[in-house]
Amino acid sequence: MAERGGRGSGHGSLDKSITLPPDEIFRNLENAKRFAIDIGGSLTKLAYYSTVQHKVARVRSFDHSGKDIDNEPLYEISVQEEITARLHFIKFENTYIETCLDFIKDHLVNTETKVIKATGGGAYKFKDLIEKKLGLKVDKEDVMTCLIKGCNFVLRNIPHEVFAYQKDSDTEFRFQTNHPNIFPYLLVNIGSGVSIVKVETEDKFEWIGGSSIGGGTFWGLGALLTKTKKFDELLQLASKGQHTNVDMLVKDVYGGAYQSLGLSGNLIASSFGKSTTADKEFSKEDMAKSLLHMISNDIGQLACLYAKLHNLDKIYFGGFFIRGHPVTMRTITYSINFFSKGEVQALFLRHEGYLGAIGAFLKGAEQDNPNQYSWGENYAGSSGLMSTSPDVYPMQRTRSGTFDMLEMDRLERPLVNLPLLKDPSTYIPDTVDLTDDAMARKYWLTCFEEALDGVAKRAAASQPDSLDAQERAEKFRQKYWNKLQTLRQQPFAYGTLTVRSLLDTREHCLNEFNFPDPYSKVKQKENGIALKCFQSVIESLDSLGWEERQFALVKGLLAGNVFDWGAKAVSDVLESEPQFGFEEAKSKLQERPWLEDSYSQWLERLKEGPPHKCALIFADNSGIDIILGVFPFVRELLSRGTEVILACNSGPALNDVTYSESLIVTERIAAMDPVIHSALRDEKLLLVQTGSSSPCLDLRYVGKVPLCGLCPTAAGWPKVWLWSIPATLHTGNCFCSPIRTCLVWIYRPVTLLRSYSFWPFFVAFCVQDTAGSGAGSVMADVRSCRWPKPPGIEASFHLI
Amino acid sequence: MKWRFVEALECYIGKESLIGFSAGRHVIHKNFISSRNNTEKFPSGTELSVPLLKSILQNWTGKTPVLVSSIRIMQRHNGYMTLNFQFTKYPRKVFPWFGLDIGGTLVKLVYFEPKDITAEEEEEEVENLKSIRKYLTSNVAYGSTGIRDVHLELKDLTLCGRKGNLHFIRFPTHDMPAFIQMGSEKHFSSLHTTLCATGGGAYKFEQDFRTMGDLELCKLDELDCLVKGVLYIDSVGFNGHSECYYFENPTDAERCQKLPFNLENPYPLLLVNIGSGVSILAVYSKDNYKRVTGTSLGGGTFFGLCCLLTGCSTFEEALEMASRGDSTKVDKLVRDIYGGDYERFGLPGWAVASSFGNMMSKEKRESVSKEDLARATLITITNNIGSIARMCALNENINRVVFVGNFLRINTISMRLLAYALDYWSKGQLKALFLEHEGYFGSVGALLGLLDSA
Repeated sequence: MAERGGRGSGHGSLDKSITLPPDEIFRNLENAKRFAIDIGGSLTKLAYYSTVQHKVARVRSFDHSGKDIDNEPLYEISVQEEITARLHFIKFENTYIETCLDFIKDHLVNTETKVIKATGGGAYKFKDLIEKKLGLKVDKEDVMTCLIKGCNFVLRNIPHEVFAYQKDSDTEFRFQTNHPNIFPYLLVNIGSGVSIVKVETEDKFEWIGGSSIGGGTFWGLGALLTKTKKFDELLQLASKGQHTNVDMLVKDVYGGAYQSLGLSGNLIASSFGKSTTADKEFSKEDMAKSLLHMISNDIGQLACLYAKLHNLDKIYFGGFFIRGHPVTMRTITYSINFFSKGEVQALFLRHEGYLGAIGAFLKGAEQDNPNQYSWGENYAGSSGLMSTSPDVYPMQRTRSGTFDMLEMDRLERPLVNLPLLKDPSTYIPDTVDLTDDAMARKYWLTCFEEALDGVAKRAAASQPDSLDAQERAEKFRQKYWNKLQTLRQQPFAYGTLTVRSLLDTREHCLNEFNFPDPYSKVKQKENGIALKCFQSVIESLDSLGWEERQFALVKGLLAGNVFDWGAKAVSDVLESEPQFGFEEAKSKLQERPWLEDSYSQWLERLKEGPPHKCALIFADNSGIDIILGVFPFVRELLSRGTEVILACNSGPALNDVTYSESLIVTERIAAMDPVIHSALRDEKLLLVQTGSSSPCLDLRYVGKVPLCGLCPTAAGWPKVWLWSIPATLHTGNCFCSPIRTCLVWIYRPVTLLRSYSFWPFFVAFCVQDTAGSGAGSVMADVRSCRWPKPPGIEASFHLI
Repeated sequence: MKWRFVEALECYIGKESLIGFSAGRHVIHKNFISSRNNTEKFPSGTELSVPLLKSILQNWTGKTPVLVSSIRIMQRHNGYMTLNFQFTKYPRKVFPWFGLDIGGTLVKLVYFEPKDITAEEEEEEVENLKSIRKYLTSNVAYGSTGIRDVHLELKDLTLCGRKGNLHFIRFPTHDMPAFIQMGSEKHFSSLHTTLCATGGGAYKFEQDFRTMGDLELCKLDELDCLVKGVLYIDSVGFNGHSECYYFENPTDAERCQKLPFNLENPYPLLLVNIGSGVSILAVYSKDNYKRVTGTSLGGGTFFGLCCLLTGCSTFEEALEMASRGDSTKVDKLVRDIYGGDYERFGLPGWAVASSFGNMMSKEKRESVSKEDLARATLITITNNIGSIARMCALNENINRVVFVGNFLRINTISMRLLAYALDYWSKGQLKALFLEHEGYFGSVGALLGLLDSA
């Protein structure tokens, strides 16, 4: 029932020979505090909190009075230091514990810390060592409490934490979409014994049962039967054995299936039922396999019985018996499917090994209340899920000398589901799962590899005054390259692989090497150029008749977004022809009907319905997109009496316009345009941050404040909404990869009733982006395909 | 003529005559009626009585039927009365009466030895039959592995109108070929009896019976037989004693007492049959039961693991070793981890946290005895069965759990542990019950099936 208690064979001799690379593990020890340690049967997990100083790009408006505006940059960019909080978790073998403690002592400068929280079965054993080496008082915490605290934490903060194991599939791990409400769930922790815990709320959990037949039984009984000492070796044996030589199957009793009960002949009738003889030898492999089946089935059966009794359908499995071992995940999954007849799913956690350490850390950090923040996995500093089928990498699992890491950054503000999402658990921001689709994965990884040199170059160029920019850019290049290679091998390392996660990983790596905003100068320049064109664009729009103008506005939205630096081909064009104009983009726009074209309905709505009360627009790119595409559209809406909330990313990502940039841009536009000016003054136009720093919008993780606070469910906001979400679709179009589709989703309610029951009717425009099509021809044949709607989008919005 | 066993007879009685008998669902009676042109005149006002009906039947058949239920007037119609009463008559089943349950490890055989054989029958009894009867009843062991559990014999049992003793015999399943061979040598097939068999072996060995023994098995479902057998044996009792019992104070060696339990209203009950593997049934009535689940960790697992761990070769030996061992040397207890009770979860220190958990350590592996290992194996399997049974009982909302199966034979350790574990972990809500004829219910069910079949 306790998680640990296993006695690994390596215990006696502590290995001191290993040299720890300070840059890579135990990072930021200089200002580390709040240590926690979880010592299991063979692995130690160390947790600490550090503050990370990193650079951020800030923009600041110049005082333009009396100066030559035309020849000056729009705003000033400065790189400043910022301090953010980071959680570090490191996992290593118990053999290295002394080396690690010495290392920590040598590098630990902070003297505030007096106590180290400890959990796990080994905490007793190493108590004296820890106290002596670190001079910290060891404070023991309950194993299960820590485990559950840790589990809640990862479930809440890591989007692709949970996965189901799939045997014989291209992707072994099928990641699940987090449901905003993580409770209640069943946690089955298989350590030496089995504990079954029902978790109902953050602080309320109950041990509802357990079993003594667990990992210790496999290990202990396995060692007796096979004379094999190590747990991992036993699993190796098991993966090679034939349990049918040892087990009595239904067909051994019946000669075939037990048909009246529908029990297949291959089911095990009696585990070890064939070994009831003293005069026959059984192979180690066969016995180990039989034992594994016996234990996994038994645990699965009990788990199902408890799930049924407590009416739960989510069971998370953890403990050293599971800990990423494909063999045990496979047998447990099989057992759960069998006993629950598919009604219950066996789920596993990507950071299962860290739960105890995370929980112990959280216990120690209660006064800082880490749970009030949102934390995001830092892909640059985390190792990702290792290991795969033992058939593929037989020795990878020995882990000797390896250190596994998890780093989590405190996000500036809590991120929550956008309240407008109808069912966040069915909303999937990405249309193509690259974990699943090997061809698309190969394509995209190659795209990112090919673009890498350019990104590194641009990163270095963004900091011309920095002496080590080149060196850091090279380090960035190397790190991201390595990540891409890892993902080629293990696409599931950081959860479901998507274009979004590839982009996010790149951002994390750039930040890691202090390139907070490589596009800052490009954006600055582009915004400047676009602003100069704003008035003439407005004038030409105003000269059109009403209906023509509506069409031009929508075309402008599309053209502005097509005009995106993100695509390699576009950025090439723009770098060589900076004056490439908005009008040219518009003229290159394909003729109607567009890929997704609801323009006629939109026009109809504008003509016949009352003005929309409020529109929420998520902005995408800097420059032409926001200034010449979005703002004229916003201006038109404002003129119609519709209030507009313009949401921009909080932090930089590619060339996306950031909130602080949007403030300056809006201010400049307001100076030119009386409509925008008065709307700002009267708070008819609100600028808010999304809370995100990702190039792609994930509506499950947007700023609680202020964005979600403005949402209608919270404060009686208007019942009429208009949406435009270009950024969402970066990843939505990866199906037809070389074709950059641009799309504007506009949601329009059909009624003004306050009944909350009306059906959201959407208008969508989508065009094929010819500018980006140079990226490759392998997928050219899919161009004729209809653009796939992002799953969950239609079903996901409810308009109140 | 061959009589069929009939559950219910109806007789149609006119004002002055008994027109005929019919047994509703049994087609044979139409033939019977027509073949005998069964009308019997008797004077008006004659009172229908059991002796009268019996005499009529005897008159027609030449045999004496036994009435097992009183006469009930079911219907009066057009001056006719329909009476309903139950007769058991001479069974069509000729002797010998066997019920066979061929499990994964053991074959269980019940044999009904008629004690009311008339001189006339004795005369008719063929030599083969006589020799089988003599062989089975005069021995307590057959060959090197067959054993008659004399202490379980049910005496003076009335079954299907016949009085006799019910014998309980077992032998290992791997001797099945020898058994069939013997049947063949004794020309069993010449007896023209039906052999009713249940258990997986009824399917597995069907072909062998056919080819080697020239016998056609009547295969019956093992769970049907099990339920039927349990309900029947419990209803007839154990030679005047209660078949069902429980343990009071199961953990206290001094105060532990085996006490009879009255299972008069048995439903609903959870029936846990522990053979090589385990089946768990929820029984709601005589004909309404379902298999809730099963586990492969059963008697076969205990014995199989014991063979591997200790080199023992019989179940008895394994149990004997277990009785001398100490499982706490092998298992990791809650107190081994927490130094005492784990209060956070209300776990007592004596509870096993990890079966065989101490065996992760090399030193401890080297210091345990075979007896300790046997004991730990027994405790592990038993606790696990108890745990699954308890969860099923909770899920099915049943509070009486009856444990049967040959795993429990001479296995007081397991029975007491099951009794204790069920009581402790359910806080007294669940009761573990046991039956004297542990593993024989399937074969009893098969025998009943033989006598039952149309």
